[in-house]
Amino acid sequence: MTALLEVEKLCKRFGGVRAVDDCSFSVDEGAITALIGPNGSGKTTAFNMITGYLKSDSGDIRFDGHTVNEPDPARLYRKGLSRTFQQARIFPDLSVEENLVVAAGPPWRSLFGARLTKTDRLRALEMLEEFRLAGLADLPAAELSYGQRKLLEFAAVLMSRPKLVLLDEPTAGVNPVMINMMEHHIRARHKDGVTFLIVEHDMHLVMRLCDPVIVLDRGATIAMGPPAEVQINPIVLDAYLGN
Amino acid sequence: MSGLGLLRGVAFFGALALLPYGVGAPWILNLLIFTLMYAGLASAWNLLGGYAGYPSLGHAAFFGLGAYAIAIVFEDSVGNGYLPFFLLPLIGVGAALVSVPIGWIAMRTRADVFAIVTITLLFITQTLAFNLRSITDGAQGKAVAVPPFPVDTYGWPFYYAMLTLLAVAMGVSFYFRRSKIGLSLAAVRADEDKAHGVGVRVTGVKLIAFALSVGITAMIGGVWAYYLGFVYPQFAVDPLLTIGMVLMTFLGGRATLWGPVIGAFILVPAQQTFAYHFGASQVYLLAYAAIFLIIMLVLPRGILPTITDRLRHRNKRGPGGQQRAAASPVGNPVQAAGMIDELRAAER
Repeated sequence: MTALLEVEKLCKRFGGVRAVDDCSFSVDEGAITALIGPNGSGKTTAFNMITGYLKSDSGDIRFDGHTVNEPDPARLYRKGLSRTFQQARIFPDLSVEENLVVAAGPPWRSLFGARLTKTDRLRALEMLEEFRLAGLADLPAAELSYGQRKLLEFAAVLMSRPKLVLLDEPTAGVNPVMINMMEHHIRARHKDGVTFLIVEHDMHLVMRLCDPVIVLDRGATIAMGPPAEVQINPIVLDAYLGN
Repeated sequence: MSGLGLLRGVAFFGALALLPYGVGAPWILNLLIFTLMYAGLASAWNLLGGYAGYPSLGHAAFFGLGAYAIAIVFEDSVGNGYLPFFLLPLIGVGAALVSVPIGWIAMRTRADVFAIVTITLLFITQTLAFNLRSITDGAQGKAVAVPPFPVDTYGWPFYYAMLTLLAVAMGVSFYFRRSKIGLSLAAVRADEDKAHGVGVRVTGVKLIAFALSVGITAMIGGVWAYYLGFVYPQFAVDPLLTIGMVLMTFLGGRATLWGPVIGAFILVPAQQTFAYHFGASQVYLLAYAAIFLIIMLVLPRGILPTITDRLRHRNKRGPGGQQRAAASPVGNPVQAAGMIDELRAAER
């Protein structure tokens, strides 16, 4: 398997805090990789650097064979790297449907065209049907529940047909039914060939969904492997439970 | 365009186009010219301050630019009187081009900082107008040649010029709402970083909004200068002008087509009434402040959005609303749970 994303010796310091410290790992194409670790271990910071929202102090990030030196979220997005946020970020004033269309990464010249073309609506509706949100298409996104917002954000970043999707705690703060739905949607998209990198605290979900699992602690990778192995790795247990 | 919307537009502009024929008193036409001017200015400001969510306080700088362009070019003669109107498109395009690098730099800041940066632009422009005496004649001001219009209908050309520019501003506003530019701007307004992150052409649409907004503002400034016949730095580049545009847009409703127009049609006559009753003192400024307070307290989103919201919520309580709630699968846990089983089965 080839690596779709490679992170090498990534470092980020905030003042005296080394949020990410010499962190290296890779994400294979076609895998659902989990990135776990105790609170403050640098998962989200690593996410932000990989997706171009934050500039790294040092280290290399390679996505799809190209080194990403000048990180720019927009360019990465168009190249097929999408992400969601811990606190779902949607556009509350736009309708559910428009939230999808605006994230589809339309080319320059379509800017001057209709707000929603027939093609746009059709694609958005297909996506909404997949996510069982079709009945809410015309509702302002502000009226969605938190769980629905998470689904909508996930659906929206899929509109650009990404190769790699980074999900930052996709099931945090949502009800158990929604966790199952989220898992279903991740699996369905994975089957279609999308690679996932997931930060998640729900260990049951991680253990049944992800392989491999990467464990971060204090900004560095301390373990990597199939979930069954990682689960009994003494270093990992130390990191989580303290020595 | 919905039939009703088209009808509304045609009726509005049709009525305004016929109005001079029914109005005898020059002071009423004068009031109408200023109402249309502010409606156009507020609509232009709304393109940037409303749709993009960038609250510029510097628009008066571009208004002054247009005013001085007319005053400088037509200092000595205006020919048959219609020449300055033909220069307006050029002024608009010129101001729009000048604004691109300015907007590119200014729009690296946001919200309150952007407001401060743009108001700085206003004062720089005013200072330049005072001090570049060889071009602007400084505090002495500049006079525009008087057009040879017949006395009876002297105000008409200015009235129709303002009406045309209002139509242009509203046309662009309408176009924004119907195009992906407007969709992208709405995303920028809600969460610019997220919008950038999902590939929205953030810088591009912001610059388009900025350039069109100030281009129209400059053209209106040109008509204003020609109508008054005199241009002084403190009036051509006037912070109060900016505040008027902002206030009217806020009152009527930001990021709406009709909001700025409604705001102008309420505030301009009101301001004139105040000025009439309290003399030409600055007391009307107190009224401005009072209106600002009322908007913040009662209508934080402006007249139009508040009304449409109330209407929508009323409709939701009706039978149609219930239907929509039922159509939402995840809103109903029992139904959703059943659905999950269904999904699971499909997976196996």
